[in-house]
Amino acid sequence: MPCNPSPARQHFAGMHGRLRYTTPMTNRPAPRKFGFETRMVHAGHVPDATTGARAVPIYQTTSYVFDSADYAADLFELKQYGNIYTRISNPTTAVFEERLASLEGATGAVATASGMAAQFVTFMTLMSPGDELVASSHLYGGTVTQLKQTLQKLSIKVTLVDPHDFEAWEKAITKKTRALYGETIGNPRGSILDQERLAALANAHKIPLIIDNTFATPYLCRPMEHGATLVVYSATKFIGGHGNAIGGAILDSGNFDFSRFPTIAAPSPSYHNLRFFDTFGHYGFLIKARAETVRDVGACVSPMNAFLLIQGLETLSLRMDRHVANAQRVAEFLSQNENVAWVSYAGLPSHPDHKLALKYLPKGPGAVFSFGLKGEGAQVREDGKTFIEALELFSHLANVGDARSLVIHPASTTHQQLTDEELVQCGVGPEMIRLSVGLENVEDLIWDLEQAFHALSRSTRA
Amino acid sequence: MGPGTGVSCAVSLNTSLTPEQRARFQDVGQINRLLGTAKTIAVVGLSSDRQKASFFAANYLQDEGYRIVPVNPKADAILGEKVYPDVASIPFPVDIIDIFRPPQEMDEIVTQAIARKEKGLDAPAIWMQLRLINLAAAERALAAGLTVIVDKCVKMEHGRYHGGLHFAGMNTEIISAKKRKR
Repeated sequence: MPCNPSPARQHFAGMHGRLRYTTPMTNRPAPRKFGFETRMVHAGHVPDATTGARAVPIYQTTSYVFDSADYAADLFELKQYGNIYTRISNPTTAVFEERLASLEGATGAVATASGMAAQFVTFMTLMSPGDELVASSHLYGGTVTQLKQTLQKLSIKVTLVDPHDFEAWEKAITKKTRALYGETIGNPRGSILDQERLAALANAHKIPLIIDNTFATPYLCRPMEHGATLVVYSATKFIGGHGNAIGGAILDSGNFDFSRFPTIAAPSPSYHNLRFFDTFGHYGFLIKARAETVRDVGACVSPMNAFLLIQGLETLSLRMDRHVANAQRVAEFLSQNENVAWVSYAGLPSHPDHKLALKYLPKGPGAVFSFGLKGEGAQVREDGKTFIEALELFSHLANVGDARSLVIHPASTTHQQLTDEELVQCGVGPEMIRLSVGLENVEDLIWDLEQAFHALSRSTRA
Repeated sequence: MGPGTGVSCAVSLNTSLTPEQRARFQDVGQINRLLGTAKTIAVVGLSSDRQKASFFAANYLQDEGYRIVPVNPKADAILGEKVYPDVASIPFPVDIIDIFRPPQEMDEIVTQAIARKEKGLDAPAIWMQLRLINLAAAERALAAGLTVIVDKCVKMEHGRYHGGLHFAGMNTEIISAKKRKR
């Protein structure tokens, strides 16, 4: 049969400003898989039958009246779909969850109070005391603390490995290992994870690969297309995009066979020995995460924050295109500046992971990266402070992924209690400055950096 | 709560069927119409164990207003309904035969369904649950003029088109700017 390229447009013809079929109804176009940008503004929200409200309504309610006593009993036993209490589910939050799942190509999502909550809920759903996790060492500092301090208190052992050393990954996996964990774009040097190799390794050991895709968003990279089972987000960053709401999300590809995975397959004592994977199949993990872990931990997102995160999703591709274009220009500017020792942005050909970035993030490796000022020790720590205080447009604060450009000097803020040697061990030298490049006019950003370098050279002379 | 007035998006997640098989056995409009018009659903392999998937599905469908006809050789009554030992022995018309039995048992179930149609009793749609696939039996039912749905869960599909699955944060793949039907 010859290949028929007919796009939907060929079946319609403009007639007096109206569309009409030019071919019989039997030949109408096949159902269409809508594109990313369409799903950014539509997925997860069909206008409701009563009001037809076009914007997503904010259901600012804690609880929901039951249809009947029997129906309530079925809800509590998970035998009916529906809302009980906003700690477990909420109609506004459901729009955020489905929309993000649609953009990711996931089977579903559970929203959480924050990105840290998303990780924690994932680990608590998958693991029991005595279990182990193998994770990349190139992680957000807060994640490292959660893995090494809080999970350890729960008797879960975490081994951190150099993400590029696949022998180290392999060696660290034991019979008790329940998952592998890494960030698409890792802290602090913008390293890029080889997701397909890691997914193959996880697959060989019949354990899920969990990817924190916060810095990339589903627009720049979709780890499930490279074999990841679970994806977690701090939605606070680029997904919300405006620095006004804290939230997180867990997404499942639905492709992992949890039938022999202890926590998901075993009978659950809190639901009359319900077996989540047997009963809910590819929804098993997510329903357990929601109905057990989030229910018990209480780390739900507020409906208002879910609404703000939905507003962010509606412009995601537009913002990310600008974020990466600006980041690339700023990185190129810095790499040619005489005050700069190094720039660690995988969009530059000089970055060791540039080829991996081209493969996994062809639209650009995000907009968060670090660079180093020239100099050493106490002097460069002082220079870092001087440089940041001289900036006019970059906001000095501890966040990334805002519409506005952000800057932080870890050695004088988040890591100030560490010695120079300890800083180097963390991969955070005293000379390091981290940027999150925003949506401003890029020439203005470059002007700002230039004038701050000028202030630095004046203070050094003085 | 139904979907918009026209569901035009493709639904392709979580199935092991090929795109060609999906076009034959998972048509979005057909599933939506079938669940919208059916009144009586025979559930073959319905367990009396309240925590089994078949019980979850049948309990849900009963809540949603369908008459459930349990088919199970080892029980008398499930969900308050009289149980029949096989499809052939149900003495009244059914709209859907929902099968929770292994693929090797589906040949006989389909044979009994086709016999019902030939007798003029009814013309039930054959529904093979998620991951329980017998394509040869599916093709035979299709050739006999029956509607056939394969590798889908009847509860998930009802939830997809009538709102519940969405509230669980799942990706229904329904995208429409039309107002929902009441």
